[in-house]
Amino acid sequence: MADTEATATKEEPKVLTDLEKVGEPIVPRKKPNDIHGDDLVGKISVPKVQEGAAAANKPYLCKSENMQKLGFPGDLRTDWHDAAIAKMGELLKKYKSLQVYMDICVKCGACTDKCHYFLGTKDPKNMPVARAELFRKVYRKYFTTEGKILGKLAGAERFDLDLLGEWYSYFHQCSQCRRCSVFCPYGIDTAEISMAAREIMDHIGIGQKYVNDIIVKVHEVGNNLGMNPKALKATLESTEEDLEEETGQKIRLPLDEVGAEVLMVTPSADFFASPHVESLLGYAKVFHQAGISWTFSSVASEAGNFGMFMGNYSQMQKVASRVKLAIDEIKPKRLIVGECGHAWRIAYSFWNTLIGPFDSLDPNYKRPEHICEYTLDLVNRGAIKLDKSKNDDFVVTFHDSCNVARGARMGDKPGGQFTIPRELIKASCNRYVEMDEETIMEKTFCCGGGGGLLTDDLLELRVQGAMPRMQAFHKVQESHGANFLALICAICKAQFTKILPKYGVGMDVAGGVHQLIANAIELGAKE
Amino acid sequence: MTVLFVVLGYAALAIFIVGVLAKVWKYGKTPAPLKIPQTPAPVTASGVPVRILSEVVFFKSLFKSNRVIWLAGYLFHIGLLLALIKHYRFLFASVPAGLDYFATFEMYPGLIMLGGLGLLFLLRLVVDRNMFISVMTDYVLLILLIAIAGTGTLAKHYFRVDITQVKEFMMGLVSFSPMGSNSTFPTELIFLIHFSLVLLLLVYFPFSKLMHAAGVFFSPTRNQVDNPREKRIVAPWAENLPAPTTDVEEVAEAHGQA
Ligand code: HEM
Ligand code: SF4
Ligand code: SF4
Ligand code: SF4
Repeated sequence: MADTEATATKEEPKVLTDLEKVGEPIVPRKKPNDIHGDDLVGKISVPKVQEGAAAANKPYLCKSENMQKLGFPGDLRTDWHDAAIAKMGELLKKYKSLQVYMDICVKCGACTDKCHYFLGTKDPKNMPVARAELFRKVYRKYFTTEGKILGKLAGAERFDLDLLGEWYSYFHQCSQCRRCSVFCPYGIDTAEISMAAREIMDHIGIGQKYVNDIIVKVHEVGNNLGMNPKALKATLESTEEDLEEETGQKIRLPLDEVGAEVLMVTPSADFFASPHVESLLGYAKVFHQAGISWTFSSVASEAGNFGMFMGNYSQMQKVASRVKLAIDEIKPKRLIVGECGHAWRIAYSFWNTLIGPFDSLDPNYKRPEHICEYTLDLVNRGAIKLDKSKNDDFVVTFHDSCNVARGARMGDKPGGQFTIPRELIKASCNRYVEMDEETIMEKTFCCGGGGGLLTDDLLELRVQGAMPRMQAFHKVQESHGANFLALICAICKAQFTKILPKYGVGMDVAGGVHQLIANAIELGAKE
Repeated sequence: MTVLFVVLGYAALAIFIVGVLAKVWKYGKTPAPLKIPQTPAPVTASGVPVRILSEVVFFKSLFKSNRVIWLAGYLFHIGLLLALIKHYRFLFASVPAGLDYFATFEMYPGLIMLGGLGLLFLLRLVVDRNMFISVMTDYVLLILLIAIAGTGTLAKHYFRVDITQVKEFMMGLVSFSPMGSNSTFPTELIFLIHFSLVLLLLVYFPFSKLMHAAGVFFSPTRNQVDNPREKRIVAPWAENLPAPTTDVEEVAEAHGQA
């Protein structure tokens, strides 16, 4: 993923001729200015609102060809207004969340200071309720009696190009992290609303380049990085050689081995991005030491699924269906998913719906399993041994990936998604420190790069959105000398590697949980 | 006068009941195609009512979120609940034993409501974030409620509206024999205002954010069981969805852009 952002910046943004004709409000973004870490680290505090502060944050538009490859119109439809309203009506009938959340927000204000993008940008339209209001304005105008009669007095507004411009801007400043939902008296989930908004925008011809390009790549090549099976094979082979050199053991990274007991599906960034690949070595060592046969699949060489970010059920299903294909081909007993936040949410919460039931898999195991569930079980049973002293250089702290924390679970008990990675980390190192309790577990702050925003054309936003997390990290850095930010998400890893230096922290501070495991695991003969 | 208010009363009540039921029906029948409980969530069906009740009874998430808004909102809703309970005595000839007790609260429900409402109003004026998200109807609704609570309290404690007359009128209404010999519309202005505003609130209810009172039970992030690995759900509309088209020309044609 780190590499896909690089390609995103090489190309020029799409020329907006058609859009300009109709009074295009979607202006090219401003250059990411240099944000200085020193005025950002400090206590997490609620800013005074600054209207319009983040209005210019807009990602590049997706080019016509790729829009059409996804079944969307290539350019803003001339009848976009009617098409958008029709689509909105359709989504309101399809999603209970959207329908109910449109009606029941009382605007109590409890969520207004809970979004990292508001805290970082000070722009009031990045307050979750204000973001949702951009959608509600249109909903009220066209779908409610109140809005039709009272109009602006009730906060109802015609959907015009200016408002569409605001949609494009602010619905791409939501990482769909669901923090707002935790604090809302009715659990109103702004992520659901921004997904619906993005789906409507795609449907009328304005899609986001980064997300849509990646989905095209998955359909055409098989993964977000656009790595074809041959390249994947070569990468795995050379990594195997490195592993043998490092450990003196034949630790395998198998690909497409039919009949393997475990099918491992992991974000493609794990195959060579840094620090992702360190976790890949961790998985391999764990499987090796457990003595289980396992394999990656070139068909399902991506656990990530950007279909969720664009809010499109069919696209999400199509991306996920690769996993189904791989299961049919490899015929594994178990399905295990690597370190990735949104991927785990989709695997855990949606796969069964999208591509289930997994009748061919062994029902004695979770279908699917998270790699942390798998590894911790081995540790607890004594099947693998960890030498904590190998990580003595580190004072570790853990960033709960929001998609795992608030959108999924591990293990059998509620909250297993918090305890299992922590137990695993504590089993692999001697020094562990927790960040401020207002910033962890279900209250965790997003890294600032999730939800399809991990692109250089939104770099400024990413730096600002990371602020609350960086402030919490800074605190344990000062107080306990924390120097390792343990992660279980490919996007978090790419985001922090890029953002940490902006805050004056070395990028090698970010790493995977299985990177710690890779360091600590005792390889070789078992007693 | 009596006839007019009888007609208005029934009309408002009908709009309220039909309107709320229609909305509830809509919320109920709209499918939730994906499992989206906000985790940690109950892993068994029996845990869900506990979770929802903790929101309804204690405003648990709001408490976690913002103590000032919680206090303001809680005061108002508790006051409202007590006030509603107290209104029982206008509707039934004999007050059930337990409910007597509430009569001893005297004017507190009204004052608690007013306190909460005042604080809610103030929050919209002094906190810049709340100010930003407020539109006219948000203020007007609070003013309406303040007016209802205010006139109610005044009617009872300062103007000493004829309670027996009110009771006869209301009981006539609820027993569907509104034009009985004793039940004429009470003539005090303060009662007229109080009664009219309540009718207005009833009519506005189903069309407004007041639907949160029903919607809170339908929120998928709160009412779903966290068991997606064990139990498969598929919405009717999502069964056998065709894979999205990828043919560029077909797409262009479909959107009239060929
Ligand atoms: C199941 C019953 C109900 C529950 C659980 C509930 C819960 C809540 C909560 C948590 C809030 C947000 C906090 C606040 O701003 O006060 C709220 C706001 C509000 N509620 Fe309710 N409520 C219920 C019934 C009602 C009813 C019957 C009314 C009728 C008048 C009402 C009127 C309001 C108003 C006007 C607000 C917004 C206050 C503002 O403008 O800031 N609620 N409610
Ligand atoms: S916390 Fe919920 S009800 Fe309150 S303003 Fe935010 S979204 Fe609306
Ligand atoms: S889902 Fe996350 S990013 Fe989106 S509005 Fe809510 S808190 Fe902000
Ligand atoms: S990248 Fe990580 S922290 Fe950010 S949205 Fe995804 S899981 Fe959450």
